[in-house]
Amino acid sequence: MLKINNLKVNINDKQILKGINLEVKAGEVHAIMGPNGSGKSTLASALAGREYVSVTDGSIEYLGKDLLDMNPEVRALEGIFLGFQYPVEIPGVSMVNFMRTAINEQRKYKNLEALSAAEFLKLMHEKKSVVGIDSNLTKRSVNEGFSGGEKKKNEIFQMALLEPRLAILDETDSGLDIDALRIVANGVNLLKSPETASIIITHYQRLLDYIVPDFVHVLYKGRIVKSGGKELALELEEKGYEWITEEITAE
Amino acid sequence: MTEQDKILNDVTQGEYKYGFHTDIETETIPKGLNEEVVRIISAKKNEPEWLLEFRLKAFRNWQKMKMPTWPHLTIPEIDYQDIIYYAAPKQNAKYTSLDEVDPELIDTFNKLGIPLEEQKSLAGVAVDAVIDSVSVKTTFSETLAEMGIIFCSFSEAVKNHPDLVKKYLGSVVPSTDNYFAALNSAVFSDGSFCFIPKGVRCPMELSTYFRINAANTGQFERTLLVADDNSYVSYLEGCTAPQRDENQLHAAVVELVAMENAELKYSTVQNWYPGNKDGLGGIYNFVTKRGIAKGDNSKISWTQVETGSAVTWKYPSCILKGDNSTGEFFSVAVTNNHQQADTGSKMMHIGKNTKSLIISKGISAGKSQNSYRGLVKVLKGAEKARNFSQCDSLLLGDKCGAHTFPYIETDNSTAIVEHEATTSKIGEDQIFYCNQRGITTETAIGMIINGYAKEVLNKLPMEFAVEAQKLLQISLEGSVG
Repeated sequence: MLKINNLKVNINDKQILKGINLEVKAGEVHAIMGPNGSGKSTLASALAGREYVSVTDGSIEYLGKDLLDMNPEVRALEGIFLGFQYPVEIPGVSMVNFMRTAINEQRKYKNLEALSAAEFLKLMHEKKSVVGIDSNLTKRSVNEGFSGGEKKKNEIFQMALLEPRLAILDETDSGLDIDALRIVANGVNLLKSPETASIIITHYQRLLDYIVPDFVHVLYKGRIVKSGGKELALELEEKGYEWITEEITAE
Repeated sequence: MTEQDKILNDVTQGEYKYGFHTDIETETIPKGLNEEVVRIISAKKNEPEWLLEFRLKAFRNWQKMKMPTWPHLTIPEIDYQDIIYYAAPKQNAKYTSLDEVDPELIDTFNKLGIPLEEQKSLAGVAVDAVIDSVSVKTTFSETLAEMGIIFCSFSEAVKNHPDLVKKYLGSVVPSTDNYFAALNSAVFSDGSFCFIPKGVRCPMELSTYFRINAANTGQFERTLLVADDNSYVSYLEGCTAPQRDENQLHAAVVELVAMENAELKYSTVQNWYPGNKDGLGGIYNFVTKRGIAKGDNSKISWTQVETGSAVTWKYPSCILKGDNSTGEFFSVAVTNNHQQADTGSKMMHIGKNTKSLIISKGISAGKSQNSYRGLVKVLKGAEKARNFSQCDSLLLGDKCGAHTFPYIETDNSTAIVEHEATTSKIGEDQIFYCNQRGITTETAIGMIINGYAKEVLNKLPMEFAVEAQKLLQISLEGSVG
C-alpha cells in the first residue's frame, strides 16, 4: 500500500528525515516510536503533504501512485487520514457542517451523489455510537473549546466517518486518560480490515496495550534505527530509549 | 511563489456577477449641479413647493460644505460637475401592471434574482425595484395596503402621503447633517417609503432593490421608514451596478423612526460594483443611515453585509431617545483588491436604561483597507445606559490593512460601556486541517469566513442569509494568508 524509499526531508533548510525506508502493506498496523525530536511528526506531515515540509530526496508510493505528486486534499480523497497531534479550532464552523462538507467532497471524488442533510445526520449518529463520543460534541464548532481528550476523540470520530485506507495517528494517545485511550484504540481496531492499514505514531508503549501492532519501528535522529514485532515495544517500555541510542552510538 | 500566494493571486479576482448593462432608453439631464438642476429634478417629479424648498436649502448648505477628510480613505478628487444627477428609463410613469413594464427591465431584475412578478417572488418578500433615479415597480403594495401598511416609492409617497413625508423627512438626518447628506437632500431622486400603523406587525419582509444602470450618473436615493406605536417591520435593501471603468457616485440617506414599543429591523446586502482587481472603476458609496428609537421600549436593529463598492463611507447609527430603547448594529464588511471601507456605527444614548450592541466583523484581503469607526455617546440623562461593542478583524494575506477607531464619550457615571477588539489571520493550520479532510482550499476559506461572520449572518432574514453567504464566498474566493 505504502512504500517509502530513502525519504529525506527538510524543514527550514534543516534536514529532519535522513533517509526513511518503510513499507506498509494492506491489513497491517505499524507503530513508530522514538524519543522527542526524532522526526516522528515530520514523517506524518510529509505523508499528509504539509507545505513547510520539503522533500529533498526519495520517493513515496501509495497504492501504486506517486504520493508526492498529489496535493493534500487529493491525498485525503485517496484515503489518507491524519489524526493530528494538535487538532486546530475552527470557530463558527459546526462539526456537522465540517464533516458533511468533507464526506461530500469524498463522495464527489468517487462520483457518488452528495448525502442529504438527513442521510448525513443518520450516518453521523451511527458513527457517534461506534466511537462512543458525547453527542454534544458534534453540535459545537470544530474543536472549539474542546478539552485535550475531546479533541483526540474527535479525530477518531472523523476517521470513523471518513473510513480511510491508510490512517496515520500522530501521538493521538498523548495526554489521554485510560477511558479516552480505549476509545481511540477501539476506533483504530474497528477500522482494521484486510484492505486498510494504520501507522500509529507514539512516544509511549501504553497505547499498544490496546492496539496490537504487527511491526514496531524506532525512529531516532531522522532514521529508522530498529524494527521488530510487537515485543520491541515492550522492550522499549522496560529499558527506555537510552538502550537503543546507546546501541546506535556504540556501532 | 508559494501555493497559497498563487491561490491568493488567482482568485482574489473573483468575478463580479452583476456587471452587465441593460440597453434601455434612458432619459437624462445634462451633467453638472446648480440650482437650476435641483429645480429640474423637482419639476420632473412634479413636487410640491415645500419639497423644492427643502432641496434648495440643502443645496445652498452643501455649497458651503467640504467633503470630509477624516475617514481613513484615499479618494481622488470628485468633480461634482461631471456627474449626471437624474437618469430614468423612458416612459417612466410608474407601472401599475407588469404588462406595462419594459420587458428589458423585467429581464434585468430577473437576472439579478429579483423577480417583479408577485407569484414568482420569494415567499413573503415585497420588493420596490429602483433603477437609476426611479422606482419601476413595487410588489405586494395592494396586499399590504389592506393592513394599512404604506409601502411605495418615495415619489408616490410625496404624491399620496405628503403629510407623513413632510413630518418625517429630514427629522432624523437633517439636510445640513453632513456633506453627503446635504448633497442627497438636494438631488435625491427616488427610493422607498414605508409606514407601519399602530399595532401592526408587517407580515412580510419589505425590500428595496437598487440598480445603477446608466453611465456617468450618480444615484441618490432616499429611504424613510416609520414604525408607529407597537408595530414591527423587517426591511432589506440590496444593490448592484454594471461594471465600468469610471467611478460612479452613490450617496444615499436612510431615515428610520421607531415609536413606542416599535421594532424596526433594517438589513443591507451591499454589492455595488467594487472596481476591477487593479482598482479601476467601482462605486463610491457615501451613505448616511440613522434611526431614532423615539418612543419608550422601541428597538432599532441594523444588519449590514458590505462586500461591494470601491469606497465605502457609512455609519448606520441609532439615537436612543426613548427610555429602555435598544439599538443594535451587526456588520460584516469585506474588502478585497483595492477596495477601501471606513464603516461602523454611532450609538447615542439619551433615554434612561438604553442599551446598545455593536458587533462588527471586518474581513480584509488583497491590497484593501478596512476600518471600523464607531462612536458610543452617553448623554447626561442616560441613567444606566449600557453598551457592548465587539470589533473583530480578519486578515487574508499580508498586503491589506485592518484598523479600528472606537470613540467613547460618557457624561453619566452610571453607564457601562465595553469595547472588545480582536485581529486574526486565517491560519495555514486551519486550511491544512480542512485540506487533510479532503476539503479544497477554496471551500475551506468559504467555510471559515462564514463561520467567522456567523453571528452577523444569523441576523439576516433567512431568505437572504444564504445569498449573503454565497456573496462572501465569491468576494473572497481563494484569498489565503
